[in-house]
This record gives sequence, structure tokens and C-alpha cells, in this order.
Amino acid sequence: MTVSDLLKNENFSSVTLPDGDRVIKDVYIGDLLSWVMGRAKSDDAWITIMSNVNILAVASLADTACIILAEGVTVDESIKATAIDKEINIISTNLSIYEAAVILNGMI
Amino acid sequence: MSEALKFHFDVDGNDFTSAGHASVMVKKNLRQLGLPPEKIRQVSIAMYEGEINMVIHAGGGVADVSVTEDYVEIVLKDNGPGIKDIEQAMQEGFSTATENIRSLGFGAGMGLPNMKRYSDFMEIDSTVGVGTTITMRVNIN
Repeated sequence: MTVSDLLKNENFSSVTLPDGDRVIKDVYIGDLLSWVMGRAKSDDAWITIMSNVNILAVASLADTACIILAEGVTVDESIKATAIDKEINIISTNLSIYEAAVILNGMI
Repeated sequence: MSEALKFHFDVDGNDFTSAGHASVMVKKNLRQLGLPPEKIRQVSIAMYEGEINMVIHAGGGVADVSVTEDYVEIVLKDNGPGIKDIEQAMQEGFSTATENIRSLGFGAGMGLPNMKRYSDFMEIDSTVGVGTTITMRVNIN
């Protein structure tokens, strides 16, 4: 499943989508950035409620397929601009982390 | 490549929001050099953790990266407070970061363990009150 495919589900919407063809192979969940950095795999969809600018560096360096901001968490405009510049897909959802993970489990 | 390719970065200790800049630049450069993605990931993660540590604990420092035929070497040098007990600092979950740093998602006590995990060689040279130099290598052959 690609990131664009995920957006066909009405619960998920695009915040930034510079690379919608990126394939999601697995899912990682976490808010402690160093933990995520060490454990998330390349091509994971990373579900978090953390929304500061450092999530972009973590997603970029760990090479995740996208960041999914759960629980209705939002990011400010400067983070969106940086994400597009760094080619990082950010998806948002009002679902809880658990609910988002359950849906992803059925799609990948 | 007969001679090592070298990159130098100043890591700004006052700007937490731009922390990771040097690591992202290195990642870009290694990608251009055509290194295998998993090796690039190893270097990027190890270096980012080191960079973040310099920002959190040492007020910044300098990062030197060299790429040879056999390995990528990252040397991170700061003039911060030094590490009192390296063995303790290497334990997963041990952290001296402040509440403020933790609220940003750091300070989980995973920095040094991640650096060790993602490098093939790591050496810490630290003197309390003088500073810390960390050398890491990721083998590429």
C-alpha cells in the first residue's frame, strides 16, 4: 500500500504529500524520538502524537514512509513547509493511535 | 576513491529546532555518493543522536565526517561538561536530560545506546569539565 492509498480511507487526510507513491510496509508507534529513531524501520508508517519540528529529522533519518499524526494533533505552517522541502509525507487523523493502527493493519 | 572525502559541520548549541541539520546534510551527501540505503540509515541515526546530545548537554560542538573506501567515520567533539560515568551513560533508559528536553520527545536515555547499536566501532573520550569526543565508524565493505 502506498501513502496515497491510505488517504483513500476517509479517516486519514493529507497534511503534506510530497511523495505519495512511497510504499508503507509496516507500522511503528511511539513518541520518544530517540526510541523511534532506534526502532522504526525504513518504510514504516510512524504513528505519533508528537508534533514539534524534530519529528521531521527523525522521519527523514529513520527513512519512514510517512508520519501519521493521531488524535487530531496538528502542526504549524513552518513545519509543513519544512516537511515538503525534506520530502516527508505527513498524514493526520482524528482517530486514536490504537484505532489508526487497527485500520492500517487491515490495509497493509 | 583514494583519499577520504571530508565534511565539517558546526553544531549550534542554542538552536534546538535546527538540531539534526548536519546529519541530514550527511545523509544527502552519502546518498549522492551511492552508498547502500541501510548504511546511510546507520550513519544518519548514529550521527543524529550524537548531534542531539551535543545540543542538549554540551552547548553545541563540531562534527567531522570522513568517507573512505571501507568506512564512514564520524567524530563529534564538544567542550561541554563531560560524561561522569560512561558505563552508566551507555545504559538504555539512563538520562540526565531536563523535563523541558523530555517534553520535546528526547531524553529517553537512548542516545548513546543507539549510537553504539548503529555503528560498528565507537569510542568515547570524555573528561569532566573539559569535554567529550566521540568517534564512530560504520563499515561500508
